[in-house]
Amino acid sequence: MTTRGILLFGLVALLFVGTGFVQSWNVSLTILNMGLVSAIMALGVNMQWGYAGLFNVGVMGFVALGGLGAVLVSMPPTGEAWAAGGVRVLTGLVLGAATIVAAILAWSRLGRYRGWAVAAILLAGFFVYRAVYDGGVERVEAVDPAVSGYLGGLGLPILLAWPVGGLLAAGAAWLVGKTALGLRSDYLAIATLGIAEIVIAVLKNEDWLSRGVKNVIGLPRPVPYEIDLQQSADFQERAAGLGVDVVTASSLAVKLSYAGLFTVVLLILLWLAQAALASPWGRMMRAIRDNEVAAEAMGKDVTARHLQVFVLGSAVCGLAGAMMTTLDGQLTPSSYQPLRYTFLIWVMVIVGGSGNNFGAVLGGFLVWWLWVQVEPLGGGLMDLITAGMADGTWLKAHLQEAAAHMRLLTMGVILLLVLRFSPRGLIPER
Amino acid sequence: MDRVLYISRGELMDLLNAFVTLANFVIVPATAYGAQLALGALGVTLIYGILRFSNFAHGDTMAFGTMVVILGTWGLQAAGVSAGPLPTALIALPLGIAATALLMLGTDRVVYRFYRAKKAVPVIFVIASLGVMFITNGLVRFVIGPDDQRFADGARFLISARDFRDMTGLDEGLAIRSSQALTVVVAVIVVAALFWFLNRTRTGKSMRAYSDNEDLALLSGIDPERVVVITWLIVAALATVAGTLYGLDKSFKPFTYFQLLLPIFASAIVGGLGNPLGAIAGGFLIAFTEVTITYPLKKVLEYALPEALEPEGLVQLLSTDYKFAVSFVILLVVLLFRPTGLFAGRSV
Repeated sequence: MTTRGILLFGLVALLFVGTGFVQSWNVSLTILNMGLVSAIMALGVNMQWGYAGLFNVGVMGFVALGGLGAVLVSMPPTGEAWAAGGVRVLTGLVLGAATIVAAILAWSRLGRYRGWAVAAILLAGFFVYRAVYDGGVERVEAVDPAVSGYLGGLGLPILLAWPVGGLLAAGAAWLVGKTALGLRSDYLAIATLGIAEIVIAVLKNEDWLSRGVKNVIGLPRPVPYEIDLQQSADFQERAAGLGVDVVTASSLAVKLSYAGLFTVVLLILLWLAQAALASPWGRMMRAIRDNEVAAEAMGKDVTARHLQVFVLGSAVCGLAGAMMTTLDGQLTPSSYQPLRYTFLIWVMVIVGGSGNNFGAVLGGFLVWWLWVQVEPLGGGLMDLITAGMADGTWLKAHLQEAAAHMRLLTMGVILLLVLRFSPRGLIPER
Repeated sequence: MDRVLYISRGELMDLLNAFVTLANFVIVPATAYGAQLALGALGVTLIYGILRFSNFAHGDTMAFGTMVVILGTWGLQAAGVSAGPLPTALIALPLGIAATALLMLGTDRVVYRFYRAKKAVPVIFVIASLGVMFITNGLVRFVIGPDDQRFADGARFLISARDFRDMTGLDEGLAIRSSQALTVVVAVIVVAALFWFLNRTRTGKSMRAYSDNEDLALLSGIDPERVVVITWLIVAALATVAGTLYGLDKSFKPFTYFQLLLPIFASAIVGGLGNPLGAIAGGFLIAFTEVTITYPLKKVLEYALPEALEPEGLVQLLSTDYKFAVSFVILLVVLLFRPTGLFAGRSV
């Protein structure tokens, strides 16, 4: 890394330390943890955009799939729901998948009338699928809907969920990439935009899978609970030794353990990403990005390599999504907003420096810190502007309420400014 | 022995009732929705044809235009002005178009012109349009807030279900809301004006020439900046009209307008990006599929089929929550089998 990079990372570290001193260490660590997750998401997007020039606007969907992975792996299975209709739901899904496979086979094997055959297979398969699946769903969702009403997960340690979340995202990415890659670059953007909306719709509506808008709460943790720490004599002693009260100390300790776990993942990914970028594979990717025609003439399979890097990048986003859900301890499908989970990540990559892994990571920390801090700043600014106005006037109330929307505006302005005046970002690609 | 096709009066009435139910819940709403999508897709496709990028800010441009129209409507209502049976928003429409046009020209000057001069690759334009989307979205939320706004006034129905039943003596009613009728009428006028402009006027022809072959157009002395300015003006008008009609028909909420991006892009791509006729066809195709698939067809089938075949369930093929999936699947199928769209758009 260059001196410039080290200086910038130092500056960002200073921001977090400053937050610790001015606000509180609790706030600073909270921002840092999400900053770590954001940096991993930015790393994933940077693989797609920075290495290969692929435009993915469905980051939110892959992140949410990772979150679903966390639920499916870590929550205990609901025995009653499985007995009521779990097998039937799964059979329904298998039938649905079989219908699609049969349709694809019919399309490739049959000669004449294949259009009709495919239509007939799809139509018949759809009704069979619905007949089996709907009944199962109804029964599963009827099982104690207030606290469960879903199949639950496998009851495995939540750390296992992180790679599983990545795999789920990779699967969805393969499906989208297979269709939309090799066509115009904008088509991938639109297809990913669509898959993201659909993933969220599935999470919100398939109660048997994710409890929908009732949310899954109380995911198991990879780190100790605050309350256990507070009750442990050993911990009380150490907190007293440091001169911090036990409640604050326990909260800090938990956040620090998360930060430690996330840092390990980030460092491993960063190392892998750097190694990949420096390898012949990385050179090939950049060659394809810079001149597809020339790379193709050299015998590189552009579409296949694009698919590969698209799946890899999405898997990293899925991994980060699973980590985020672990950190939150809950899956709340209605909290996934494209502006926050797709476009903000893009701002991170562009601001940090597309094509440079360190840049993406820096962007992740810096932009996340700004995103959190701009809202109180905007509120303060509004208070300043409206200070002269009489209380209770319509304009004053409106302006103060609207301060919350300042950050969309700010992020848009930052994105456009960086794109225009420093398109290579804070830490440019060499 | 001769077989005579014989339909009893009861059966005929059943068939009529089935058709009226279908018209009431599927055909009429889908036509209005299709017209709104078509207007939106026309804007996207024009930008694609002339400026050569997919404008992700289009949904929020529609929201911006609609917001100005709503503010104008409130102003007019406060001043006691109304358009009688028509919604007041129609009077405020020119104001919305003017404001949106200013916004479009402003963003073009500040953002896009720089990249055009640099001949940047399309994907850079797309990212810039993301930035514009952020700002427009923030602006709209800042001014009018993120909540639902209803601003439809005037007569609610052209024909109410009850009037229709009294008129025809059928069991089922057919309601046509005035916003739906208005949508179709306005859309037809706008589209006719647009095609007249593109095909008959000198400026329109220069736009098409520029879209077909930029270099050749430049050689023939067409001023590219003028073409671009006119495109933005037309897009501003289309987006404001589409947004206002959608808002009158349903309701105005900034986030919904952002979400409209998917069906609008799907319409434009299905029809063939850069092809105005295709955008219209695509809009209706998406709208009709979406409404048919997400509407429970039980009642229609009950009338249309003999008693033995009547369905037990609702026959709703897909829950309304998955309406985006419909646009998406259509989009995927078209990309798989005909990547240039049904009406041969420009490049793959």
